[in-house]
Amino acid sequence: MSAGIELDNVCCDFDSFRAVDHVNVTIQPGEFFSFLGPSGCGKTTILRMISGFTDPTKGVIRIGGEDVLGQRPNQRPTALIFQNLALFPLMPIWENISFGLEVRGVDKATRRRKAEELLALVDLPDSADKMVSQLSGGQKQRVAIARALAVEPAVMLLDEPLSALDLKLRQHMRAELRAIQKRTGVTFIYITHDQGEALAMSDRVGVMSQGRLQQVSNPREIYNNPVNGFVASFVGENNIMVGEIGTRADGVAAFSTALGPFRARIAEGVTTGKLYVRPEFMTLSDKPGAENSVPVTLSEVAFEGNFISVHAVTEGGTTLMAEIRNDGTGALPQTGAAMHMAFDAKNAAILPDANVTRA
Amino acid sequence: MEQLYRRYGKGLTFMIVSLTAFWLLVLVILPDFKLLEASFRPYLPVVDIGGPKDTYSLGNYAQILGNPVDFSSFGLSFQIPARVKVFVLTIIYSGMVTLIAFLLAYPLCFYLAKVVSNRSLPTLFLLLFVPLWVSEVLRSFAWFIIMTLKGPLNAILMALGAIEKEIRWVDGYSPVVVTLVYAYVLFMVFPIYNSMQSLDNNQLEAAEDLGAPWWRVHWRIVLPHSKPGIASGSVMVFMLSAGSLLVPAIINSTTGNWFTQTIQGIMLEGQDWNTGAAFAFMLLLFCTVAVIAAMRLFRVSLSDIAR
Amino acid sequence: MQLNRKLLGHIYMAAFLLYLMLPLVVMAGAAFNDSKLPTVMPWKGLTSRWFVELWNDNRIWGAILNTVWVALAVVALAVPIGTAGAILVNSVNGRVRGILYGLMVAPILIPGVVIGISTLLFWHQFSIGSGLHLSVLGQVSYIASFVMLLVLARLQSFDHGLEEAALDLGASHAQVMRRILLPHLYPALGAGAAISFFQSIENFNVTLFTRGGADTLTVYVFSKVRTGITPTINALAFLMIMFTLIFAIWYEINRRRKAKIEAARENDARRATALEEAV
Repeated sequence: MSAGIELDNVCCDFDSFRAVDHVNVTIQPGEFFSFLGPSGCGKTTILRMISGFTDPTKGVIRIGGEDVLGQRPNQRPTALIFQNLALFPLMPIWENISFGLEVRGVDKATRRRKAEELLALVDLPDSADKMVSQLSGGQKQRVAIARALAVEPAVMLLDEPLSALDLKLRQHMRAELRAIQKRTGVTFIYITHDQGEALAMSDRVGVMSQGRLQQVSNPREIYNNPVNGFVASFVGENNIMVGEIGTRADGVAAFSTALGPFRARIAEGVTTGKLYVRPEFMTLSDKPGAENSVPVTLSEVAFEGNFISVHAVTEGGTTLMAEIRNDGTGALPQTGAAMHMAFDAKNAAILPDANVTRA
Repeated sequence: MEQLYRRYGKGLTFMIVSLTAFWLLVLVILPDFKLLEASFRPYLPVVDIGGPKDTYSLGNYAQILGNPVDFSSFGLSFQIPARVKVFVLTIIYSGMVTLIAFLLAYPLCFYLAKVVSNRSLPTLFLLLFVPLWVSEVLRSFAWFIIMTLKGPLNAILMALGAIEKEIRWVDGYSPVVVTLVYAYVLFMVFPIYNSMQSLDNNQLEAAEDLGAPWWRVHWRIVLPHSKPGIASGSVMVFMLSAGSLLVPAIINSTTGNWFTQTIQGIMLEGQDWNTGAAFAFMLLLFCTVAVIAAMRLFRVSLSDIAR
Repeated sequence: MQLNRKLLGHIYMAAFLLYLMLPLVVMAGAAFNDSKLPTVMPWKGLTSRWFVELWNDNRIWGAILNTVWVALAVVALAVPIGTAGAILVNSVNGRVRGILYGLMVAPILIPGVVIGISTLLFWHQFSIGSGLHLSVLGQVSYIASFVMLLVLARLQSFDHGLEEAALDLGASHAQVMRRILLPHLYPALGAGAAISFFQSIENFNVTLFTRGGADTLTVYVFSKVRTGITPTINALAFLMIMFTLIFAIWYEINRRRKAKIEAARENDARRATALEEAV
């Protein structure tokens, strides 16, 4: 049983500070949805409002179509996984997992059986009688997930649960979380500031900045077609150029900058903005390209394995970045070489700044 | 409060607030107000209570001023009321107890905090705790036995030939001071140890490395760092001593009366509760002033003292 | 030089312990001396008659019983009151916190004589006369402060996220209290109960003014010292010291056992982490 969630014009103020500003989003039942943003962007507040620890100042939250205003956390069909996991240190693992059942008056034998089942589900058999202090970071993670699943929530809320783990384990747990979500079919709402995590796991991602939802879309759209400068630069890297928008036709506009005239994609209604090109769409060549080409001097060349990272300086002193695929020939461009950097107009976009009008 | 309600709901919040209110209002604040109120009323036979003679006055407080006796201190000699003398001497000797306890405790605390190995620490603390757990009345009683005329102290000294005739130890204030120090020295040890123990060893080594002699290391580094603990221990020992009734009463040195004994006499032997209240209130007032003065002097807060 | 200083420390520590213990030994020793006065010198031979006399002294047993009842009543009141106070003070901030904290700590510094007299006068105006019930109330007023300090210290290491996690899993407020908060506080509550019990047994000042005609142990010993003393008191002291020692040893053994278990668990966690990194 999983449920969808609607946030309808939700705001949340702390005194005069608006933490969440008119957020509208509909999350489908069974979806893996991530809120992605820097710390302080309001994503944790959204999670606390859904779970019932914080009340919205304005707007409506519906879980499974039902307005949950006034329902206390212990009455909502949600289960929250805390950033620090909040495992109960004085209970053995199985009691931790079955705590939600215990408070619902389930008998001990059933609770024990259910705990063992869930431990098997999260791939942690034979740990039922251990104490929390006996587990490693990854194991604690699994116990927290099992504990949340035990109450058969319609919605799971996860507050950066992987942030305490080291890189390798984090990547392993990503796949694990995704698999558990697919297996159980529960709606997952995931909070993170790590774009890799959000893109790799989610069906859809909502990017947030300063309390506002900037863009909601699937990971490919977010990365390839960001709607504004904030999304573009928060998710992945960019070369950013300042300039004036010129004539436009067929969704492509001229853009005049200090480095010269460029052409790039533009959306309807955009009247001011900057030009964004990702480093992997930059090409490096001995000769100038037909359009969108800049002469540069290479200042830094780093071999990263699967790609080569190149920093180059234009005549005006602007630094541009490019990532060239490693084609296996072993030839590296030389630092100090004079070359031309270019990009295709369809891989570059003119985007407005972030959508922020905070009260 | 709102936080409390969110966490524990209506029923529990109500219980928590009402238990605390019962404690602070019914057990602490209102009785002290009653004490103050009663201290201004005259001591009357039951039939006159509430009658025309039952008026507020400072009469009870004035009673401390009667009966002048000779008093000499710091080379000066003058006459002061007997009860004022007892009050002043109680304070002076409580201060002395505090000072002696500090001098005894300081080296011990340094040893516990910085010299002894961590492994033996819990055992040492356990040994220190044992006398604390043995009740105060027995601790005073032990010294009463030691210091009696035919007691072990005189016997040993005579056997050693240090004295020819038994000495009357229970005379004046010194036996009271000795016993109070023994009874309360541990209340000095624990807070000082606690604050000393948080001192980084590297600071000591750095100071020594810079050429400071041991006394300067203590004066400039250890002592300032332990200040909150010293304040806490001193306030505790001073308050316990000045407010002690058991120790002076058990030692029962007729020439070493404590102010609490005066109050006890008025209350229980004289059955004059109103004058007793007035004297008790004077003691309370003095203690409050003393604590505030100590807090100012050491520049610490109440939470430092009550640790 | 360094070694000398260390040696000096050891000697001082030993001397200090001797200073603490010797009076107790003298007192306990007198319990076995066949002399009418409580002393170890002169030694008139070993006897157990003071223990027999103690056993037959009905007044002492009455006093002990009273003391234990008062102590239990104090524990039963001071622990919940002190705990409630700690939880309350921990959930408010700013000025209110300072004032509340000050009020809760102050009773520790109020002289017992003052507490005793004010309690007596306060309840007397409601025609509630003196007796051990007033001793209990008077003692609770400052013993609750000790409990409050212990519980507050423990609360400061409590992660309120655990309460939220339990609420989120559907627990009621009472369940959160019973299953999450109280278990975390148990060590402090246990220590608070022990301290309340011992403080109550110790108490003399408050009890003396509020007790009416009833005896407690301290009051009884005090009146005995005043009116003609026999070594039965020493026999009692010896028993109490033994009781304390046994309690201390039991406590130490328990502590070591717990430390061992905790170390073993930490070891497990380290091993699990190492395994995880190897995968």
